[in-house]
Amino acid sequence: MIPAAFDYVRASSTAEAISLIGQHGSDAKFIAGGHSLLPMMKLRLAQPAVLVDISRISDLSYIKDAGDHIAIGAMTRHMDVEKSPVLAQHVPLLAHAAGHVGDPQVRHRGTIGGSIAHADPASDLPATTLALGATYVVQGPNGTREIAASDFYKSFLESDLAEDEMLTEIRVPKMNGAGWSFHKFNRRAQDWAIVGVAAWRGANGSGVGLVNMGQTPILASSVSAALAGGASIADAAALAVADAQPSADNNATVEYRTHLAKVLVRRALEQASA
Amino acid sequence: MEIKVTVNGKKFTSDVEPRTLLVHYIREVLNLTGTNVGCDTSSCGACSLHLDGEAVKSCTVLAVQADGANITTIEGMAAADGTLHPMQQAFMENHGLQCGFCTPGMVMAATSLLEENPNPTEEEVRIGLEGNLCRCTGYHNIIKAVMAAAGK
Repeated sequence: MIPAAFDYVRASSTAEAISLIGQHGSDAKFIAGGHSLLPMMKLRLAQPAVLVDISRISDLSYIKDAGDHIAIGAMTRHMDVEKSPVLAQHVPLLAHAAGHVGDPQVRHRGTIGGSIAHADPASDLPATTLALGATYVVQGPNGTREIAASDFYKSFLESDLAEDEMLTEIRVPKMNGAGWSFHKFNRRAQDWAIVGVAAWRGANGSGVGLVNMGQTPILASSVSAALAGGASIADAAALAVADAQPSADNNATVEYRTHLAKVLVRRALEQASA
Repeated sequence: MEIKVTVNGKKFTSDVEPRTLLVHYIREVLNLTGTNVGCDTSSCGACSLHLDGEAVKSCTVLAVQADGANITTIEGMAAADGTLHPMQQAFMENHGLQCGFCTPGMVMAATSLLEENPNPTEEEVRIGLEGNLCRCTGYHNIIKAVMAAAGK
């Protein structure tokens, strides 16, 4: 499978990348590691006229302790997120989830920014950063703005990013020792999750993100609200799909996904609370 | 577009269409056909090679993205005098292959795995090779081979 023909340009800085995408308009796409975009282009589900390669913008690859949060450059690869000692200490849920993206070869290429900007509800990192209350920093021709993860995902593969904006940084609050758990239920190694759950629970509350349970990654707010109101884990987990809109596919019916989500949320909360 | 790459120690300069996949460039332009195309959907790992020392799936990398990179394919693993790489030798000694189609990708992924984790447990080898599918062996002897190459 070979992608449809396109023009290829390379950006050496974020400003140049935004200028290039502005020049080429809505037929242009950024490419970072390419592990979401290239498979779609090979299937001709995406046919951008121009690719703006941002993978050589080296100053977008970093993981920094920024006080109350960890700042992660958008071009940071999954493998570097997975193996980061800073994240292992302060946001272990994210490092762990990154280690479940695809397989090692995929994690050598794919980036956290690419995964989030792609906004696939079946991807692990959008739902995980959503559960963690992350903020995304995006840059456009008129400067930068910050978007809460809970405001970012609009519909299937659609985010709040404008055509001429680029995701540059992911800010994830430190977990401060909160318990956590990550479940990725799939039939075969390296498959997408049929249902995935990223959960944490600590002194300041809880967060539960659901993978592949709707048109966007889902924040299971009803579960956290129930826990905050004193509900038992079992009662809170029964609300797992209150904020979700699961659909059926080759792997699972709606009923099966609904059941799985409740079971996995309960298990995740039990582990996060242990 | 012109790209410059080093493949198995040799420098190449080529003019490629931007949509050329790295695996097609390696196989069809450089005629290094040891790197196989299996699923062509970044699932099976048959196309794995080393890009700047790390295993990647070359069906999901554009040749233009590899511009400037140092690439090693299965043809670059044995020494110049034909002595097999220790991982190749371990696959041979442990019968880590049957039809051989997945083997180049397995060897490239396994050497990359040991580079990152020189002292893996058997479980770490199994998880570390999750991106490579073998339909013959049931993986048993592949795992044995990788453990042997790790000196266990």
